[in-house]
Amino acid sequence: MLAGTAPAVPVSDHNRPGWKAWALLAPMVLWLILFVVVPGLILLVYSFCERDEIGGVMFTFTWENYARVFDPVYLRIFGRSVWYAALTTAICAVVGYPVAYYIARVPETLRNKLLLLVMVPFWTSFLIRTFAWITILKQEGLLNSLVKAMGAGIGPFDLLYTPTAVVIGLVYAYLPFMILPIYGSAEKLDNSLIEAAYDLGASPVRAFSSVIVPLTMPGIAAGTLLVFVPAIGMFAITDLMGGAKVPMIGNVIQNQFLLARNWPFGAALGVVFMLMFVVTYVILQRRASRSA
Amino acid sequence: MADTDRPMIELRGVTKRFGGFTAVNRVSLTVKAGEFLTLLGPSGCGKTTLLRLLAGFEMPDEGMVLLDGEDVSHVPPYRRSVNQVFQSYALFPHLTVRENVGFGLRMQQVPVAEASDRIVAALRMVSLVEQADKYPHQMSGGQRQRVALARAIVPRPKVLLLDEPLSALDAKLRHGMQLELKRLQRKLGMTFVFVTHDQEEALTMSDRIAVINKGRIEQLGNASEIYHRPRTAFTADFIGQANLLESSVVGRNGTTARVRLETGLELVIARAELPDAASKALVSIRPEKIHISRAPVTAENVFQARIEEEIFQGATDSLQLVTDQGTRLHALVANESATQEAFHEGDTVYCSLHLDDLVIVQAE
Repeated sequence: MLAGTAPAVPVSDHNRPGWKAWALLAPMVLWLILFVVVPGLILLVYSFCERDEIGGVMFTFTWENYARVFDPVYLRIFGRSVWYAALTTAICAVVGYPVAYYIARVPETLRNKLLLLVMVPFWTSFLIRTFAWITILKQEGLLNSLVKAMGAGIGPFDLLYTPTAVVIGLVYAYLPFMILPIYGSAEKLDNSLIEAAYDLGASPVRAFSSVIVPLTMPGIAAGTLLVFVPAIGMFAITDLMGGAKVPMIGNVIQNQFLLARNWPFGAALGVVFMLMFVVTYVILQRRASRSA
Repeated sequence: MADTDRPMIELRGVTKRFGGFTAVNRVSLTVKAGEFLTLLGPSGCGKTTLLRLLAGFEMPDEGMVLLDGEDVSHVPPYRRSVNQVFQSYALFPHLTVRENVGFGLRMQQVPVAEASDRIVAALRMVSLVEQADKYPHQMSGGQRQRVALARAIVPRPKVLLLDEPLSALDAKLRHGMQLELKRLQRKLGMTFVFVTHDQEEALTMSDRIAVINKGRIEQLGNASEIYHRPRTAFTADFIGQANLLESSVVGRNGTTARVRLETGLELVIARAELPDAASKALVSIRPEKIHISRAPVTAENVFQARIEEEIFQGATDSLQLVTDQGTRLHALVANESATQEAFHEGDTVYCSLHLDDLVIVQAE
């Protein structure tokens, strides 16, 4: 250090939360420790353990569970889960964007009513809504009866217990999680920016692609995260609407814990699954901070 | 310019309503090529709607908008050769200064090499070449304003619209920008339509001013006409300050006429000011046109008054006068030197008014 300069003050000093901040954060920190950190650690420990004949956990160290995770059978399931979740996310984005954008642009009184409509499905239990889809999609369900009644000469469609049904179920369940964050950033979008784009010769399509989409990107990114992450691990919809014929990674983990009673292997799958997210998140974060 | 009288913008009986509210009411107006026209009026008078009709953000309910002889009444903004400098600047926050300025050229698909030359030229014009790779949020208000200007000029529009672009700047910067804008407009020879509620700004910059009130053009003329010969009480009061005095006509002879104020004070005015059949008249007198002296003078319209209040304002002294008859007048006197502060509260003085400085205006 040069002579004569002032003694270095720790830069982060005034950024460090004081005791008041800690008091406010305490409930959440406690919650996270109890229900995220501790279970995560337990999972990590289990994943290196062996299983005895009756499904108990034996605390002897082994890599075997991880070796099994990379068996092609499970890799294929991982791949399929990623693909369905990605498809679901893409459909949610394409369907949800216009809805979110429209809601953000209508007068305020109407806006709140429309937002309420987006959230109405949450008033009913998620399982009941999924069962409702089953009655719609099944062989002699509402959809096929309707097609038959119209006498179009097509159908009946075999929709239930197919990958299509799974994606329908996933899109239906997660669509609001795409709409709300996009709405959030579209609502903040200054109308004069859109007008400026038109003014400078941008057709509606160009204005959308070069101004509106980039400026609502935070909403799209948040929506993607909120849809993709839970969709990849979803097991209830894939179980009920996929008829357990197309297992996803969520179903496999669930089965290892509840049916196969192989907790160590289930834990290893869970840990790999979690690492996958952490790595993706870190990469995305790095890229975002570099472009900013 | 060869054809300075060529009309660049023509409004023909343009009306725009929002629900039951008529924002623009049968406005007809011609703006010549290369002219600096200002739309001046209080907030809510319809001047911004008028500008939006020119930009294409609003379509007229009635009437026609012509741009360089072509009917553009229902042409969307992206197909009009008109660019706007927005009040909030509306710079794209996700683009650098260079990308912001180049946006219009990108939309016009101008070749990259040419575009980059034109962007640099525009940035040089507003002295921002060194800031080209910054983002708008890294710049000051004045710099952002200049980016917005460069962005709007680069596509070489036929008309540049400016929606109160200086209102967010502090007073000193604003004054500098007024002169800079005026110089720029002369250099480019571009038609400028400028919207403001600031009368001083309008007087400083414009070739012609359209005073807008309640969706109509109240008066159209150059700065001097608007200031010295306001036609209505609204214009007289909105542009500068005015003593507005109600009077009745008591006689006409030759080139002059006599009017009597409510207090009994009689004034001589130019007869040409007065419509032939009028029996009442609203007289407008600019405060700085009231000549004040201690000694009696021989001139027209001389009367005595007492100084009720004196407020020192730097360059001028603001005086509240009450005439012997009881008429109250506001006068401004230049402060010529520090040692000779001529007038004080309680003094009795002689006022005189030149015939030409008494203007008859229409009441609202």
